[in-house]
Amino acid sequence: MKVDSIHTGIVLDHIKAGRGMDVYRYLHLDELDCPVAYMRNVRSEAMGRKDIIKIDANINVDLDVLGYLDPGITVNIIVDGQLVEKKKLSLPEKLTNVITCKNPRCITTVEGALDQVFLLKDRARGVYRCMFCDAERKSKALR
Amino acid sequence: MRHLIDITDFTVEEIEGILDLGDKMIADPDAYKETLRGKILATLFFEPSTRTRLSFESAMLSLGGSVLGFSSADSSSTAKGESLMDTIRTVSCYSDIIAMRHPKEGAPMAGSLRSYVPIINAGDGGHNHPTQTLTDLMTIRRQKGRLDSMVVGLCGDLKFGRTVHSLIGAMSRYKGVTFVLISPPELKVPAYITDELKRKGIPFREVETMEEVMPELDILYMTRVQKERFFNEADYIRLKDTYILDPEKLRTAKADLSILHPLPRVNEISPKVDDDPRAVYFDQVRNGRFVRMALIKTLLDWRNEA
Repeated sequence: MKVDSIHTGIVLDHIKAGRGMDVYRYLHLDELDCPVAYMRNVRSEAMGRKDIIKIDANINVDLDVLGYLDPGITVNIIVDGQLVEKKKLSLPEKLTNVITCKNPRCITTVEGALDQVFLLKDRARGVYRCMFCDAERKSKALR
Repeated sequence: MRHLIDITDFTVEEIEGILDLGDKMIADPDAYKETLRGKILATLFFEPSTRTRLSFESAMLSLGGSVLGFSSADSSSTAKGESLMDTIRTVSCYSDIIAMRHPKEGAPMAGSLRSYVPIINAGDGGHNHPTQTLTDLMTIRRQKGRLDSMVVGLCGDLKFGRTVHSLIGAMSRYKGVTFVLISPPELKVPAYITDELKRKGIPFREVETMEEVMPELDILYMTRVQKERFFNEADYIRLKDTYILDPEKLRTAKADLSILHPLPRVNEISPKVDDDPRAVYFDQVRNGRFVRMALIKTLLDWRNEA
């Protein structure tokens, strides 16, 4: 299968195989009107198989979201057909409106105006806690 | 602006300062009776409470201040559908400090994001109850003369017992404290708390009967199995009488054990224990008023200094 190179835009590489749709959904890529290519189960020397997403426009990608989903993803910025920047990711200290609290007793379940804020409590285990009720969520990549 | 949402919002030194002030207030209450003349405390209780609300009101009145507020969500604009955030912002225009209790966890933290005045968490669901913890710390310190180097047993509903969660958080910061967690499997301390104890290398043990650990305890903190924390009444009925302290169970306890309970109790401590000199739960009630006086004064002092 062949997907054309992009001229100016972003390539999200080294996504764990099968997890590309999570990235697509969390970044709201369905709302873009530029071409977006999602390649699944691409052969990779390092990973065996991986997913890749190519976005044919230079949009602002939320690196916090990507870092939470999988800090191993590589973000390649392409301008005029050239790779101009390779961004490395890490688990963000704070996540705002990326994930929601699952605790039915949490105040965020009834106060719609509140942001859903999670703070990183354990980097090694990828554990986040709701800023309001302390309920835990784990980084998807580390589950 | 400083609030008290979680007991760990305050440093160990700040807590010691509040306890010291509370001790001074117990020794000479008259010296403080005009301290907050002209100041207003709002008590916003979205969930019923007798002891905590009255102790806050008593504390403010004892400092010469005034009190306004409501004692259930039905008698506030919440019943009309007003958001918590709007209620807090409004009431913070009418008062100098707010004590709030809410059934939802994290509600006081949410309130603190919108308030113009300091917020005190007077209990948020099964989450935290830091002023009860200040009361507990004051009682333990007055009994033992210290807050470090002791074995603390916590018994009963350790899953939903917010006083337990706050007390573990607070006492974890003192050296030489070992926790013994006594509960049925269904009501064990949440994993996020035991994970934190493991991470900090603080010794703790989880057991199912108080008899097996009684001789080693310096503190026995009893809690009520709270009906309002259960989704299922059958679970509540099955577990409510699991742990009842009576003179027979105390037979092997240390002579200087201190028995605490945040109250109200139902039947988890037999009334026969009340006359035992080791029972200090009614001292706790008295200490609660004074430590809240010290807390209100301290938060308002900090605000003035800021």
